[in-house]
Amino acid sequence: MRTTFINTLIELAKNDDRIVLLTADLGFSVFEKFEKEFPDRFYNIGISEQNMVGIASGLAIAGKKVYVYSIVPFITMRAFEQVRIDICYHNLDVKLIGVGGGLAYGPAGATHHAIEDISIMRSLPNMTVLAPGDPYEAKQSILETYKIKTPSYIRLSKNGEPLIHENTENLKFEIGKSIMINEGNEILLLTTGNMLEQANEIYKDIYRLTDKKIGFYSFPTIKPIDKEMILKISKKYKYIVTLEEHSIIGGLYSSISEVLMKNNLKEFKLERIIPFAIEDKFSHCVGSQMHIRKCYNLDKESIITEILKINKIIRS
Amino acid sequence: MTKENLLIKSNEARKIILEMKYKSKSSHIGSAYSVLDLLIYLYYEKLNMTKENLNTNKRDRLILSKGHASAALYSVLSLKGFLEKEKISNYYCDGGDLPGHIDNTVSEALDVSSGSLGHGLSIGVGLALASKMDRIENTIVVILGDGELNEGSIWEGAMSATRFNLNNLLIIVDANKFQGYNKVDDILNYERMVKMWKSLDFEVFEIDGHNFEEMKKTMGAKSFMKPTVIIANTIKGKGISYMENKLEWHYKSPNEEQFILGKKELEEKVK
Repeated sequence: MRTTFINTLIELAKNDDRIVLLTADLGFSVFEKFEKEFPDRFYNIGISEQNMVGIASGLAIAGKKVYVYSIVPFITMRAFEQVRIDICYHNLDVKLIGVGGGLAYGPAGATHHAIEDISIMRSLPNMTVLAPGDPYEAKQSILETYKIKTPSYIRLSKNGEPLIHENTENLKFEIGKSIMINEGNEILLLTTGNMLEQANEIYKDIYRLTDKKIGFYSFPTIKPIDKEMILKISKKYKYIVTLEEHSIIGGLYSSISEVLMKNNLKEFKLERIIPFAIEDKFSHCVGSQMHIRKCYNLDKESIITEILKINKIIRS
Repeated sequence: MTKENLLIKSNEARKIILEMKYKSKSSHIGSAYSVLDLLIYLYYEKLNMTKENLNTNKRDRLILSKGHASAALYSVLSLKGFLEKEKISNYYCDGGDLPGHIDNTVSEALDVSSGSLGHGLSIGVGLALASKMDRIENTIVVILGDGELNEGSIWEGAMSATRFNLNNLLIIVDANKFQGYNKVDDILNYERMVKMWKSLDFEVFEIDGHNFEEMKKTMGAKSFMKPTVIIANTIKGKGISYMENKLEWHYKSPNEEQFILGKKELEEKVK
């Protein structure tokens, strides 16, 4: 997704000389293209994230469209107060690009994992939060946030994510709108960000195992969350399974629950939400993203087992 | 403006500040009084900021990074006609427009909201960098507190300032020697602090922060060759004798008796 980001940004920057890219010493082997083409619009601020976000604020006040890049925890947490005040309170045209959402940095360890970022970013007023799940969603996220003049946070994965949305001619990507991949009934699988690939495999496997195509939606925008769609699906589905590579606290599951609980629950067909997320526990489990998911029971097999259990309940 | 007129203006501002702090019972009068004369000089002599150029990118900008000295900035803005006087009267009060720190939305002359220490310099670096990119010749002034220099983010900004050779960036340290719980020197020794700026290759001046002539001498030039730091030695609470050099006036607001006494003192000064 980093290359999707840089390639898309280069296209945008060709036509808009207000665009400036700041990095906190990261982007090696990916950003050189941008730097070569726009040397006076690229700055490696160095390993000083708070400074970088403050500088982004100053640039944006002076009219620039600023893209700020680092690994998710460093840009959202190290610089959180600067994001909160210098960017959000001032409501500036700054896009925070975080790489390595969820457990994408795998064996690098906990300091490089992004577990709480969605919850803290969405708690900020004026902040738009996106977690694209494949290169299509990533490119569209960059293109659509370019059009807005208010703060946004885009949580990228790392690289090598496969394209999940294959037929996109009829798709119209919009900030704040979920994407329906399949409309089923009874069971709905709902995901965001880098869990999209695994969700797609689960969806296909469930079909193989039960001959049933469950509902399957992607939520690339966490904030503003697609309230309309959430209410619609709660009136159609009995079980919603949420899937995110983020803490159980404050991410996709929380966002959806917040919307649902404000309504007249009697109007819902929905009986339960079954959330899959990172439990509220640090892990010293060492390994790849896939391996650590297993340590947290977020692997494909664990989730399929649970969905099959639900399916059994429905059938009986 | 003559020195005498500047003194008259600063005295006027001190009276406004005293009124604001007395009415609202809010803290930080000591901090407002130490920075005030610098603000008077900047807004009356230095900054290229007029009603006509307020909405352009070409004018000078000022960031009060030590945002708790808000009363000083708000009072000067009101004297200059950049802030409605009615807003001053409801400072820090229910339904008022002005909070205890700086909210930039209250005046077009303000670019940056501040209040959490350590943010302003990086923002100033961004503004100065943008001017360089756009080949605009203006000055970005960032006012820091000396206690504020404890914050690491300040030194991150400082590192970038000289790295980018932002000679359009003017940093002023309001060195009033007191911070929240101790003297500034107890936390970071003054001489070390001066050396820190010098070691980062700033042009460093030390002046009396209440002396308009020294301000003119160091800030009077239209532009600088290097990013510049003016360490202004000031007196916390300057202007009212019983407040001067006392840490507690970081926190206290004048009671009725102190208010009357203070007002009298200020009135006597300009006669």
